[in-house]
Amino acid sequence: MKLSLGPLLYYWPKQSVEDFYQSALNSEADIIYLGETVCSKRRELKTRDWISLAKSLNEQGKEIILSSMALLEAPSEIKVLKQLCENGELSVEANDVGAIEILSELKVPFVCGPAINCYNASVINMFVNKGMQRWVMPVELSRDWLTKIVSDCEDLGIRDKFEIEVFSQGYMPLAYSARCFTARSENKAKDDCELCCIKYPQGRPTTTQEDQQVFVLNGIQTQSGYCYNLINDVPSMQGLVDVARISPTDNQAFDVLQQFRQAINNTMPPVKLEQKECNGFWHQIAGLETRY
Amino acid sequence: MELLCPAGSLPALKTAIDCGADAVYIGLKDDTNARHFAGLNFNEKKLIKGAQYVRDHNKHLHVAINTFAHPGEEKRWQNAVDQCVNLGATAAIIADIATLDYATNKYPDLELHLSVQASATNTAAIDFYAKNFNVKRVVLPRVLSIQQVKQLARNTTMPLEVFAFGSLCIMAEGRCYLSSYFTGESPNTVGACSPAKYVRWSETDTGMESRLNDILIDRYQKDEKAGYPTLCKGKFNVGDNLYHALEEPTSLNTLSMVPELMKANICSVKIEGRQRSPAYVEQITKVWRDAIDSYKANPEGYQVKEQWNNVLANVSEGSQTTLGAYHRAWQ
Repeated sequence: MKLSLGPLLYYWPKQSVEDFYQSALNSEADIIYLGETVCSKRRELKTRDWISLAKSLNEQGKEIILSSMALLEAPSEIKVLKQLCENGELSVEANDVGAIEILSELKVPFVCGPAINCYNASVINMFVNKGMQRWVMPVELSRDWLTKIVSDCEDLGIRDKFEIEVFSQGYMPLAYSARCFTARSENKAKDDCELCCIKYPQGRPTTTQEDQQVFVLNGIQTQSGYCYNLINDVPSMQGLVDVARISPTDNQAFDVLQQFRQAINNTMPPVKLEQKECNGFWHQIAGLETRY
Repeated sequence: MELLCPAGSLPALKTAIDCGADAVYIGLKDDTNARHFAGLNFNEKKLIKGAQYVRDHNKHLHVAINTFAHPGEEKRWQNAVDQCVNLGATAAIIADIATLDYATNKYPDLELHLSVQASATNTAAIDFYAKNFNVKRVVLPRVLSIQQVKQLARNTTMPLEVFAFGSLCIMAEGRCYLSSYFTGESPNTVGACSPAKYVRWSETDTGMESRLNDILIDRYQKDEKAGYPTLCKGKFNVGDNLYHALEEPTSLNTLSMVPELMKANICSVKIEGRQRSPAYVEQITKVWRDAIDSYKANPEGYQVKEQWNNVLANVSEGSQTTLGAYHRAWQ
């Protein structure tokens, strides 16, 4: 099983992003995804900056993939998407069916990201025919669901034509809205947001009136309140999952990658998950729950 | 512009037709549709009666098959498409690519509408569905501003349907896993958001509390009207502030946008609420019929009547209405 570093979901200053990815080159990640996936107003790195950063990281021992936006509403966003897809060198993670359309027309191989509704083998089959090389399972699906899909893919004779990636650690993207919840939390309108996401490099924790953390607000994206962590589930992923994705919150992601490497190599004893961690989706229960 | 009304039961269907709907949409009595609630939807007998009623009145019937086929159980979604065809329905509203593929190949004459749950918000996504499947109409997610809707309508030849009234889903539909995060069940997998079986109400010293799978969604003072604990409409703390962090309990109401929707060539306005009563369907359908007809009779003189808004407010969540994402300031 390989390890990937998922795209940075938060809005960071340009220098921090560049430093982060320089460090990532020395991490345990086999695959690095990068690019803006949440909001087109975040322009510390412009599209061409993302592309040149990605290209500068390429051919240094890691597979580099450009990630694209999940919610595409304006023609200008489609233009940016086309620019990414036409980068001429790197594969792209599609997070909207629109991206699959563009990439398949261009015959650029792609990764189907977790924001695309791919729930069964027939859809996988169609995407494979359009150039999909790797499928990132929607976060809400379980091991049981995956096992059935894999068996269907074997029946269709396509299991060896793509890799399976599972979101394995980090705050899960659970929803995308027209509304910017970070701007709303500052009583600002989205059109007048002053790019306030940059003040919250790990998003804004949101709790119930009983102090249970239920969400993390990240612009138009709502993330899980608890941090998903499949570290103890690595044995049940081996042989089924090709890539485990670590979604970075900060530089601690590099330690997490190391832990997962140890778990893959069977040198990591089971750990007790912290109170604000969960693994429910993998076990086909409510996402925020934990099963040992 | 077609007026498309919800029907969760045979009485609601008849009411919608009698009150002026051009078309109604329904779901089967299983998890192939996104309003899979106890006591709701159509069994085979009711389907036949409903379809007959619609046909007798020369109206249109759309069947929602808008959840995602579970691996190994695709037959259930395929059967739903078969049933839709056997009924002689006008169209099937489908979200799942596997189901679209089946319908396109097996029934080349069946008109397909891309469900809002497929979350197509841009021309590239619409192109994908248009090229690969027999999609003749796209239902737009409630995340676009009216400017974006108009822009999209200008840039595609695909007929577009929009939501005009009803409970407001504030997330891009079909890509929201909040409900399964809280309960293990989501619209995509089970056909329900914030399912009723996880809801618990309790009177406490600090007021009435509503919970979803034991998670506190809201707490109401004595004089406050309590709403259904849809998880995105609860009160939560962000920083030092306690407020409706995502959205207030409110309903979408676009009566004021009828002229703009007409001018943008929107082919159909959809009313949300298959889970609501025939009385709701009656009031909503009458108001919207009146609004569309009054615009057609005198486009320049179109004005939203106060009485319409009063009727709609009465049947709205939290008695409030909003233009939602259509109005940029809401975003």
